[in-house]
Amino acid sequence: MTVLVIAEHDNQNLKPATLNALSAAQQLGGAIEVLVIGSNCQAVAQQAAAIAGVSKVKVSDNAVYAQQLAENTSQLIAKLAPAYSHVLAPATTTFKDVLPRTAALLAVNMVSDVMAVVSADTFKRPIYAGNAIATVQSSDAIKVLSVRTTAFDPVSTSGGSAAIEAISDLFEAKQTQFMGAEIAKSDRPELTSAKLIVSGGRGVGSKENFAIIYALADKMGAAVGASRAAVDAGYVPNDLQVGQTGKVVAPELYMAVGISGAIQHLAGMKDSKVIVAINKDPEAPIFQVADYGLVGDLFTIVPELTAKL
Amino acid sequence: MKILVAIKRVLDYSVKVRVKTDHSDVDLANAKMSMNPFCEIAVEEAVRLKEAGVASEIIVVSIGSKAVQETIRSAMAMGADRGIWIDSGEAALSPLTIAQLLAKVVQAEQPSVVLLGKQAIDSDDNQTGQMLAALCDYPQATFASKVTIADSKATVVREVDGGLQTLQLALPLVVTTDLRLNEPRYVKLPDIMKAKKKPLDTQTPESLGVSLNNSVKMIKVEPPSERKAGIMVPDVDALINSLKNQAKVL
Ligand SMILES: Cc1cc2nc3c(=O)[nH]c(=O)nc-3n(C[C@H](O)[C@H](O)[C@H](O)COP(=O)(O)OP(=O)(O)OC[C@H]3O[C@@H](n4cnc5c(N)ncnc54)[C@H](O)[C@@H]3O)c2cc1C
Ligand SMILES: Nc1ncnc2c1ncn2[C@@H]1O[C@H](COP(=O)(O)O)[C@@H](O)[C@H]1O
Repeated sequence: MTVLVIAEHDNQNLKPATLNALSAAQQLGGAIEVLVIGSNCQAVAQQAAAIAGVSKVKVSDNAVYAQQLAENTSQLIAKLAPAYSHVLAPATTTFKDVLPRTAALLAVNMVSDVMAVVSADTFKRPIYAGNAIATVQSSDAIKVLSVRTTAFDPVSTSGGSAAIEAISDLFEAKQTQFMGAEIAKSDRPELTSAKLIVSGGRGVGSKENFAIIYALADKMGAAVGASRAAVDAGYVPNDLQVGQTGKVVAPELYMAVGISGAIQHLAGMKDSKVIVAINKDPEAPIFQVADYGLVGDLFTIVPELTAKL
Repeated sequence: MKILVAIKRVLDYSVKVRVKTDHSDVDLANAKMSMNPFCEIAVEEAVRLKEAGVASEIIVVSIGSKAVQETIRSAMAMGADRGIWIDSGEAALSPLTIAQLLAKVVQAEQPSVVLLGKQAIDSDDNQTGQMLAALCDYPQATFASKVTIADSKATVVREVDGGLQTLQLALPLVVTTDLRLNEPRYVKLPDIMKAKKKPLDTQTPESLGVSLNNSVKMIKVEPPSERKAGIMVPDVDALINSLKNQAKVL
């Protein structure tokens, strides 16, 4: 039994989410190979080869894969998949896009957001925004799985020395053209791998007011998150949304500021180790999941907190 | 230009989820059901494309038991022209099977754009659109927050982990909707009345030649581990003290 893990990366660096997916792969048992698809991505292949427990790294390095478009990467993965018992990748937007397409090409079902490996064919996954946990068993010959990264501790980035093998199959996505991207650049820690997160909601009131959230986050060395309401209102960009349909996070500390605690928001953060809620409404549902609650006006509490830390 | 929209009937997003005591599934008895919010966004987008003169006909399709006809009628009240109900009874279907059924409809109707929600908020799979695109060999634009169609091409802005990405795709294509694509309209009573007269065609998996075998079996459903509420702190000093000395996260 050999498991194929597909790397999340930006052609230069392996993204930490890959390490969580590798951790899930280890629980399946069997040998583990990593597939890197990209363009000028040899550095990523080398990083993957250095991970303990990886037996081989396959790298498909070609300009046609620069944007990792689902139309072509799914074909490449589907071509390689029959040699493996499982194909896994982290449940990032890249693989939410690519893996179902791959599964359909293989005529198999897919299991999304695996949060626990019960055995090689049985998995737990959240449904209904995490308000129920389903145990599912797959009888497919190739099991295609996306991994909820917060549910698995990352493997170590060192200790291995796998062989790197080049893959030459080329699939071009002729019908789809990449036009551009607006990728937020920030010196703050990345939301999904941050140890500390300060999140703001509709209560923050405006884009300008979000400055107090950023100031607190910077003082703490924390990442910044947000509720859907804050994103919809244009206070912050979409990539900060935490929740059922945004990012799932589980930091050491999650501070929810001016967020009411709708189930769709809780779905993305309730596995955080420590939750702090700051809200002027003592009845806000967020207090029911918070380890520490502070009732009051965020516009006095947050600056005071920033000053005193 | 035809647009096909696939819609799913799900437990309303505001309803508290209860797991059945025998752990076989979630309890849906007498619960409020609604159109999946992402599907509502998909229908709204189709209606806007028709209002803008880009599309000429909107067909909605839903797979499930008799009750999904109600969901099809609400899409018609929003502005869809006709509906297709695929009567699959009470069977639990996998996204692959749904995609196979939808692929048959695509084959028969030949739409230029197929719109789906990015995710059904009950199963939270986020798979069907991508699978359908694979089966039809269509390009796909998932998690769309802006769709522009001109000169037989679609330009789609997508919400991705790092921010936004823009793709240009040839028609026909599959688009799945994200939350910020639009805000669905409220339907007015006269539109609900008009919707009752719109054509609704019935199909079955047999008539479409698709067998309903699900290779992923649900073994059990459990409630999640509960988080206990903690303590209220009186002020900022007490909060800092707790985080430093008790929780030790700062
Ligand atoms: C299909 C679907 C998917 C969704 N996905 C997500 C998702 O992924 N993530 C998500 O977050 N939401 C999601 N939602 C939306 C969710 O249901 C809520 O609407 C949203 O989370 C509310 O955001 P909020 O808590 O910021 O706003 P509100 O609910 O409006 O809460 C604002 C809070 O701020 C407090 N407040 C106001 N002023 C102050 C002040 N001066 N000081 C202190 N407190 C103050 C108020 O007391 C209130 O509790 C989804 C909804 C649907 C239907
Ligand atoms: N039973 C169904 N009938 C029609 N469309 C469906 C059905 N199930 C899923 N879909 C479509 O596929 C999308 C994504 O669902 P899923 O892949 O299950 O998360 C939904 O938003 C619908 O557009």
